[in-house]
Amino acid sequence: MSMISIRNVSKHYGSFQVLTDCSVEVNKGEVIVVCGPSGSGKSTLINCVNGLEPFQAGEIVVNEVSVGDPKTKLSNLRARVGMVFQHFELFPHMTIAENLTIAQEKVLARPHDQALEKGMKLLDRVGLKAHAHKHPGELSGGQQQRVAIARALAMDPICMLFDEPTSALDPEMINEVLDVMVELAQEGMTMMVVTHEMGFARKVAHRVVFMDKGAIVEDAPKDAFFGTPRSERAQQFLAKILSH
Amino acid sequence: MYEFDWSSIPGALPFLWTGMKVTLEITATAIVFGIVWGTLLAAMRLSPFRVLSWCSAAYVNLFRSIPLLMVLLWFFLIVPQVLEHVFGLAPGSDVRMTSAMAGFALFEAAYYSEIIRAGIQSVPKGQVAAAYALGIGYGQAMWLVVLPQAFRNMVPLLLTQAIILFQDTSLVYVSALADFFGAAYKVGDRDGRIVELLLFAGAVYFVICYSASLLVKYFRRKVSA
Repeated sequence: MSMISIRNVSKHYGSFQVLTDCSVEVNKGEVIVVCGPSGSGKSTLINCVNGLEPFQAGEIVVNEVSVGDPKTKLSNLRARVGMVFQHFELFPHMTIAENLTIAQEKVLARPHDQALEKGMKLLDRVGLKAHAHKHPGELSGGQQQRVAIARALAMDPICMLFDEPTSALDPEMINEVLDVMVELAQEGMTMMVVTHEMGFARKVAHRVVFMDKGAIVEDAPKDAFFGTPRSERAQQFLAKILSH
Repeated sequence: MYEFDWSSIPGALPFLWTGMKVTLEITATAIVFGIVWGTLLAAMRLSPFRVLSWCSAAYVNLFRSIPLLMVLLWFFLIVPQVLEHVFGLAPGSDVRMTSAMAGFALFEAAYYSEIIRAGIQSVPKGQVAAAYALGIGYGQAMWLVVLPQAFRNMVPLLLTQAIILFQDTSLVYVSALADFFGAAYKVGDRDGRIVELLLFAGAVYFVICYSASLLVKYFRRKVSA
């Protein structure tokens, strides 16, 4: 069953073409890694999935709801689609606990106690229960990103989008975030992950999508992608990031 | 050599305090209404609707291009007549206080809106995206996420503007309204001790404004921390 269906999506800023005829299917329980050189449109594509960025042509359907349809209430859709950002984007004026409960209360209308209980459970899961009373600024980047993942999970998402979740982190903090993501993938969460962490891709991805200049150049099962990438561009890219 | 005689001040303190209350009242009203109206103006300015944005820009540019003294004079001369006409007030009703408050509030709103606009724009776009991604709508994203952070960044500037406003209220002098400065002047005039009273009034303004500016410094450190 298809969870995220991106069909022939094109997007441009004025005369600048950012996405050209992109199509990707993400089935329920699948983990898709999207990679490619910077400026290739990976982040833009993932931002289109929950309607954070509009697109001009094509169609995106998430859990049978069309994202581009003006009749779609985007906030309802977004409440069910978890998103994790490159720069965490925790709310700095709230405590960690408040970060975890605010959308549960304001969007899902959960009572405070219930929201807090859920938040604390997830915080415990990412190993940060002791930090609930702190503000995001008091946490390391890796810790903040784990909180951001917990915040998204608190909404009981049907799928998760990750936009370069580790690229703003110091190297020693990358693994603590990836560990959480691996665990999530192994539990069967549907995930679309923009990342350059090929170790993560090898471990849990079902398919790897390679983008270049706004187009999807390759969409292949993980083993095929790492074994025999068909496109020259993907071969060059892999050679560059895997050579060290 | 001029001989200072401060003896008229102690007895005049209650009257001066009445004046100070007028000053504080005008300042407080102008701050509250200025910030509320200024926030609305800033929201209009940043809204995607051209008409709202244009109206707000026109308002702000108009008020920022006219001397405050002139705005106040207009309010003292025109607004009372309009009020008399509209509400059927008896001619000569004393609406100077209301006029002063309205004049300051509308004028300050223009300045506050620019501070607030800059404050809102200082909040990273990713914060709004994160709120949206959680299913939070525009209004709540603004109210729960953007404005609290924006106001935190703005506190020093808002306070600085309030200090300027506090001093500028002395301009109600043109309407002979007895604010603190006006009261001091009246006492000085009555007792022939204008120099002493004005020095005293200056000292009081200095102490208040300087203390407030120390507070601004403290907030600045706190915000940047």
